[in-house]
Amino acid sequence: MKRLKGFLLGLGTVLALLAALVAWIMLPWYAVLGLAAFIALWLVLARSGKLALAAASIGIAGLPQRWGASAVIVVGIAGVVAVLVAMLAMGEGFKATLDKTGGTDSAIILRGGSQAETNSVIMRDQVPLIGSLAGIARGADGKPLASPELSQVVNLPSMADGTDANVQFRGVGEAAWTLRPQLKMIEGRRFQPGLREIVVGRGAQQQFRGLQVGKQLELANQMWTVVGVFESRDSHDSELWTDADVLGPAYQRSAFQSVTVKLDGKNGFKQLKAALAADPRLKLDVETTHDYYAKQSEGLTKLINILGKVIGAIMAIGAVFGALNSMYAAVAGRAREIATMRALGFRGLPVVTAVMLETMLLALLGGLLGAGLAWLVFNGYTVSTLGQNFSQVVFQFKVSPELLWTGLKWALGIGLVGGLFPALRAARLPVTEALRAA
Amino acid sequence: MKYLHLIWAALFRSKTRTFLTLLSVIAAFLLFGMLDSVRVAFNSGGQVAGANRMITSSRLSITQMLPYSVVEQIRATPGVKQATYAAWFGGIYRDPKNFFPNFAVSPDYLDLYPEFALPQAQKKAWLADRTGAVVGEALAKRFGWKVGDTIPLQATIFPTKGSNDWSFTLRGIYTIKEQKQKGQENAMFFHWKYFDEANDYVKGRIGWLVVQPGSGDGADRVALAIDKLSANSDHETKTQSEAAFNQAFAKQFADIGLIVSGIMGAVFFTLLLLTGNTMAQAVRERIPELAVLKTIGFSNRSVLWLVLAESVLLVVLGGLIGLCIAAALVPMITTASGGMIQLPPMAMQTWLTGLLLMLVIGVIVGLLPAIRGMRLNIVDALAGR
Repeated sequence: MKRLKGFLLGLGTVLALLAALVAWIMLPWYAVLGLAAFIALWLVLARSGKLALAAASIGIAGLPQRWGASAVIVVGIAGVVAVLVAMLAMGEGFKATLDKTGGTDSAIILRGGSQAETNSVIMRDQVPLIGSLAGIARGADGKPLASPELSQVVNLPSMADGTDANVQFRGVGEAAWTLRPQLKMIEGRRFQPGLREIVVGRGAQQQFRGLQVGKQLELANQMWTVVGVFESRDSHDSELWTDADVLGPAYQRSAFQSVTVKLDGKNGFKQLKAALAADPRLKLDVETTHDYYAKQSEGLTKLINILGKVIGAIMAIGAVFGALNSMYAAVAGRAREIATMRALGFRGLPVVTAVMLETMLLALLGGLLGAGLAWLVFNGYTVSTLGQNFSQVVFQFKVSPELLWTGLKWALGIGLVGGLFPALRAARLPVTEALRAA
Repeated sequence: MKYLHLIWAALFRSKTRTFLTLLSVIAAFLLFGMLDSVRVAFNSGGQVAGANRMITSSRLSITQMLPYSVVEQIRATPGVKQATYAAWFGGIYRDPKNFFPNFAVSPDYLDLYPEFALPQAQKKAWLADRTGAVVGEALAKRFGWKVGDTIPLQATIFPTKGSNDWSFTLRGIYTIKEQKQKGQENAMFFHWKYFDEANDYVKGRIGWLVVQPGSGDGADRVALAIDKLSANSDHETKTQSEAAFNQAFAKQFADIGLIVSGIMGAVFFTLLLLTGNTMAQAVRERIPELAVLKTIGFSNRSVLWLVLAESVLLVVLGGLIGLCIAAALVPMITTASGGMIQLPPMAMQTWLTGLLLMLVIGVIVGLLPAIRGMRLNIVDALAGR
C-alpha cells in the first residue's frame, strides 16, 4: 500500500513537471519576469520565504566546497545551450539573409510554374511586352524600371579548401541598380555595359578565391576583370554581377531568366498581376521580391530548426540526468546538515525551495555561459549553403537576443527537472536516521 | 573475468546514481549514432563497390547542358566501354513538397546501374513505350503508383507545347537490394528521346554522361582523354569518378562534417565530465571498502583494474544501449519523413567507432579514480582519514 502511494506520488510529480515544462517553454518574457518578481517578493516578505532564503544561502555558501559537482551541472548545461543556440542561429541567419532580400516595392517575373530563377525562361521578345504593362514604375527618362536578368551558375574554388562551389553569376540590365537601392559599392566601381567586367558581392569575395579588384577571372573560356565590390547585406552579397548583354552571348543564352521591376505605388502589384493575367502572350508568374526570397528560405530554416531542437532535446535529457546525479549527491552529502535544519524547525517548503534555488542558480550560470559562448564564437560566423537557385548563398550565423533568451529558458528548464527530485528527497529525509548517519 | 560479479556489484552499489549516469551515456551515444549516420549518408552517396563509373559533365557549371554530339565522340574514345547520358528534368508531382528527382535518360542508362533491379519484361515494356517511365519501389509506394498508371508531372524548366503538363506511363518499378542505396529508389527515369522531341526550349542537349571505362584501362587516363575531346571548345567537360561527383555535390550543402563533429565534441565533453564525476564519487564513497579489499590481499594493481573495469563497463553498457536505440530510430526517421530523408541503416563503421569511443572514454573517466584507489594507504583509509 505504501509502495503504491509512493509510486502514485512519483508519477504525479513527473506529470506535473511535464506540464510545468510545457507551460514554461510557452511562457512569454513578461510572464517570466512577473513570476521571478513574485518569487523574489515571497522570498523577502513571507516568513516561509525568509526561511527558504536562509536555507538556500547556507547551501550556496557551501557551493565552492563542492565545486566539482557544481561544475558538472554548469558545464553540462552550458554545452546544451551552446549547441542549441548555435544551431538555431544558423537557421536564423539564413532566414534573415533571404528575408532582407527584396522588398514589397519591387516584383520579380518568372515563367509560369517555375519556383526559382534557374528554372525560368523569359524570351527576349517578351521583355518589351512586360515593360509596357501597367503597374510598373517609370524612371526619369520615361523608360520602365525593369531589369531583365540572366542567372548563370558558375564554378568557383571555395576559400576554405579550393573545391568547386556553385556561384550565381547574374547578368543585369541598367535598371538593376535603381531597383536595389540597398546595394552599395564599397570598393572599385560599377562594371561598364558592353565590357567583360564583373562586380562581386562582399560575401562572395570572402567565400571564394580570386575575386579581388583588378584580378582577372576565366569564365566560359573568356577573361573577365573584377572591377568592384558591392555590399547589400542580403542574398545578393553572394553573387557576381555583370552586364546581361555580355553574359548572354558568353554562355550562348538568348533568353532571360527573370525580369525584376519597380512597382508603381501601392496598387502597382495588383495592376501588374492583372495586366499579366490579361495578356495571353505572357504565361508568366509575378511575385513581390520579398515574397519570392522569403519563400526560398522556408524549407531549410524549418529543417535546421527541427534538427537543432531534436539534438538540443537529446542533449538536454543527458544533462538532466547529470544534474539529477549531482544534486542527489549534494543532498546525500549534506544529509546531516539538512536533517539538522529540519530538526531546528525548517519545514518541507523552505527545504525544497532552498535546493531548487541552488540548482536554478547553477543552471542559470550554465545557461549564461553557454549562450555567451555561442554568441562569442558564432555570432557573425560566415558560412554558405546551396540555395534554391542551385548556387551558394553566403550567410552569417545570427545569435539574436531572442535565441539567447530561448537558451536561458532551456537552461532553467533543465535546472527545474534536475533539482526537483533531489529537493523532494531532501524534504522527505527521515530526520532521526539522517542525524545518526555517519 | 573471475571478478566480474565483484565489478557488477560495485557498479550497482548506488542504483540511482548508476542508473542516471547510464541514462546520460545512453543519450550521448544515441546522438552519436544518429549524427554519424547522417555523416555516412552524406559521404557515401552513390558509392557502389566495383561499379567503376565516371560522370562527365560541363566544366562551366552543373546547370550547363552539353551538345548531344559529345555522346558519339565519347563512345568512340579508346578505353570507354560504355557511355550513357541523362538530363535533369525537375518535374513536380502535384505539389512542390512532393519533390523527387526525375531524369530523362538514354535507353541503355540502367545497364550501367546493375544494382537497380528491373524485371526483364517491364524493361522491355518501358523501352517499347515512347512516353514510358520507370520509378523506384519506394517512390511507387509513396504515391501508390502501379505499373500502367499515368503519372502527370508539372514541368518547372521545360514546357511542352507552351504548357507545363507532361504525362508519362509507368512501365516498370525497380528495386535496390543494398540497404545503403535505398535512397536511390526515390527517382524516376524516362526517355531522353521523348524529352528532346517534346520540350520547347532545348534540342539535342544532354545534362551529363555516365561513362564506364574498360576494365584494363586506367580510369584517370580515360577521363583525361574524354576531357581532351572538348578542350578549348564552348562545351568543355569535366570527368570525375561518380563518388567524387556526388561528394562535391553534397559538400555544397554547408560543411556537414564540421557541424557534426562540432556537436559531437560538445556532447562528449559534457559526457566525460558527467561520468568522470560519478566515478570519482563512487570511488570516494568506497574508500573503506577498497581498503578492506587491499587488506585481504588484493594487490594495488588489481584495485586499479577493478575500478577501471567498472568505469569501462558503465560506459560500454550505456553506449551499446544508446547505439541500439539509434539503430532502431534511424529507419523510423526514414519512414516518418515519407521518403524525403533517406538514411542508410547504421553502418558497421559507426558501431566500431562508437565502441572505440566507449573504451577510450571509459578509460579516461576511470583513470584518475583508479589511480587514487591504487595509491590508497590501507591504514589511513580504514581509519577514515
